[in-house]
Amino acid sequence: MTIADQVTGSTIAGTAGTKPAEVKPVEAKSRVAAPAITLPAIGERELRLDLFRGLALWLIFIDHLPPNLLTWFTIRNYGFSDATEIFIFISGYTAAFVYGRAMLENGFVIAAARVLRRVWQIYVAHVFLFTIFLAEISYVATSFENPLYTEEMGIMDFLKQPDVTIVQALLLRFRPVNMDVLPLYIVLMLALPLILWSMKWKPDVTLAMSALLYAATWEFDLYFSAYPNGFWAFNPLAWQLLFVFGAWCALGGARRMSRILASPVTMWISIAYLVAAFYVTLTWYVPQLGHLMPKRLEQWMYPIDKTDLDVLRFTHFLALSALTVRFLPREWPGLKSPWLRPLILCGQHSLEIFCLGVFLAFAGHFILAEVSGGPAMHALISLSGILIMWGVAWVISWYKRVADKSGAKTKNAVGNADLAGGG
Amino acid sequence: MKAKVLLSLILLCGYLAAPSARADDAAPAATPAVPAACELPPYLLTTESQLHKVADAVTSGKPLEILVVGSRSTTIPFSEDSSYPARMQAILKEKLPPSETVHVSVEIQSKKTAEEAAGTFVKLMEAKTPTLVIWQTGTVDAIRSIDPDDFRGAVTDGVAALQNAGADVVLMNLQYSPRTESMISAPPYLDNMRVVAQEHDIPLFDRFAIMRQWNDQGQFDLFSPSRGPELAKQVHDCIGRALAQFVLDAAHLGPAQQQN
Repeated sequence: MTIADQVTGSTIAGTAGTKPAEVKPVEAKSRVAAPAITLPAIGERELRLDLFRGLALWLIFIDHLPPNLLTWFTIRNYGFSDATEIFIFISGYTAAFVYGRAMLENGFVIAAARVLRRVWQIYVAHVFLFTIFLAEISYVATSFENPLYTEEMGIMDFLKQPDVTIVQALLLRFRPVNMDVLPLYIVLMLALPLILWSMKWKPDVTLAMSALLYAATWEFDLYFSAYPNGFWAFNPLAWQLLFVFGAWCALGGARRMSRILASPVTMWISIAYLVAAFYVTLTWYVPQLGHLMPKRLEQWMYPIDKTDLDVLRFTHFLALSALTVRFLPREWPGLKSPWLRPLILCGQHSLEIFCLGVFLAFAGHFILAEVSGGPAMHALISLSGILIMWGVAWVISWYKRVADKSGAKTKNAVGNADLAGGG
Repeated sequence: MKAKVLLSLILLCGYLAAPSARADDAAPAATPAVPAACELPPYLLTTESQLHKVADAVTSGKPLEILVVGSRSTTIPFSEDSSYPARMQAILKEKLPPSETVHVSVEIQSKKTAEEAAGTFVKLMEAKTPTLVIWQTGTVDAIRSIDPDDFRGAVTDGVAALQNAGADVVLMNLQYSPRTESMISAPPYLDNMRVVAQEHDIPLFDRFAIMRQWNDQGQFDLFSPSRGPELAKQVHDCIGRALAQFVLDAAHLGPAQQQN
């Protein structure tokens, strides 16, 4: 979790959805060495990415807490996809943007080396979180003797073999609940050099291969096995589609799609799909609506699988993002407003804030269990968690500004780890 | 989501209003009131699927033999009589005419996954010939993080075996256990049980949502690390009541067949 590089004016222009008029002319033509992909020009930082990544971080934190009033504000209650999709897509986008530029400028080896350094940081962060988890679960195991839950206490059985468990955790095969995103991200980042290399050659073919792998995962039921049994809760072989799609958008795909994104047909299809998804979601909470759903449709649709990134989830995310880029232009003045500043700050330090969020969720569970569990306490924990995330993001920014001034100017903005962001 | 909160409030109000309306036309007989702690919005006890065999048994006056296939959370250690199968039997006896024989037996499949439990069903059904099997499963699978697809397959097979043996089936899902929520991932197993119930048109008793409702509404503090059996007894009592009501409703046994 080191703060590797300073933030400077490295940027992303031409994001998913930049309309043609907004695309700045590619200034440094000489930079575009490879004809296959185009990197956007240097300009201002793309705040929309930070904003939505910050939002995803907050939502993931809230979703990791036991359900409470704030849970009703998270997007998973209104449709198929949730904050994880936003997170992985933006991570793919920013990682491709930062390390793709590094690959064009400095070559494959340098870029791959930088990616691996980032992977190491994420890995260390994961192990750090695991340590905290271990402390929490050990405490619960020794203090919890409610006869209502003798069966659920079976989950503590792994504590009987700490040697095996810890080694399996280091191998990323033992992953407690709520600690699934970082291992997924580690695997995706490990594949990034290959993805970028292939994108440099032919972006569309790369995206097609990614879709093919996704299809094969579904067809042949491919998965990553976990310890002591089971499988990874987020199958990297399926979720890579979203990551590669993000990368493809960053490396010029978004610009090529801009006409599709600007068309009203896309808009209405997206709206119709989101409304339909909302209705389906509603039937989960109000089963009376259920019999208005055709049985055949239900049988085809369920289960909507998160592990393998169900097509319905993926398309739901596409519809959401199509509408977002349509109605939230990159010059929207609100992006500079102080009200969105906390979200953007959190989004700019995603790995640190993600880990903090997982930790705060553990701590929140702990307080609810040990102190009191009323709804007021719930709300208080959620709100103070978000305030802490904001505060820490601000402190990290402050550190970086100080580091700037104390003369770390030689550092290269290209490898900006935060832009390539974590978790 | 305001709408949902609002909606549940409306449903709750409707529910609260309903018993008073019913009380008006009911005889002043000593109706055992549902304890306030057990109250639930009606949608949690609504099912589209029917229990035909239970209905036939009761209307034709045959004995109602119910088998609960469960795990350790079916019972309370050292208080069998307070566990939900025993409570359900008591409530059913209260609600059904005195002439109706109701017997609930329990088969504990401790630490068995759905697949392991389903493997025993053919023999089990030969030994006992219940009218209704209430199959409570999912917890062990969630603890061991069994592949949800495999889990769904196992539940499907188990339900088919029970139905082939001529019994009505009710599925019951996991307990809501907030303290282990950060360690056990229940949602995939809840979802898959809902799918199997839908596919086979059998009632799903949503124990998870029901217990969560009680916890959220403050009727029970399920976070409590209490060592005593009191909380467990109360929760099982409420589950037994809810389950009895659920079975009667799913069998469409109206007040005519019910005592009260």
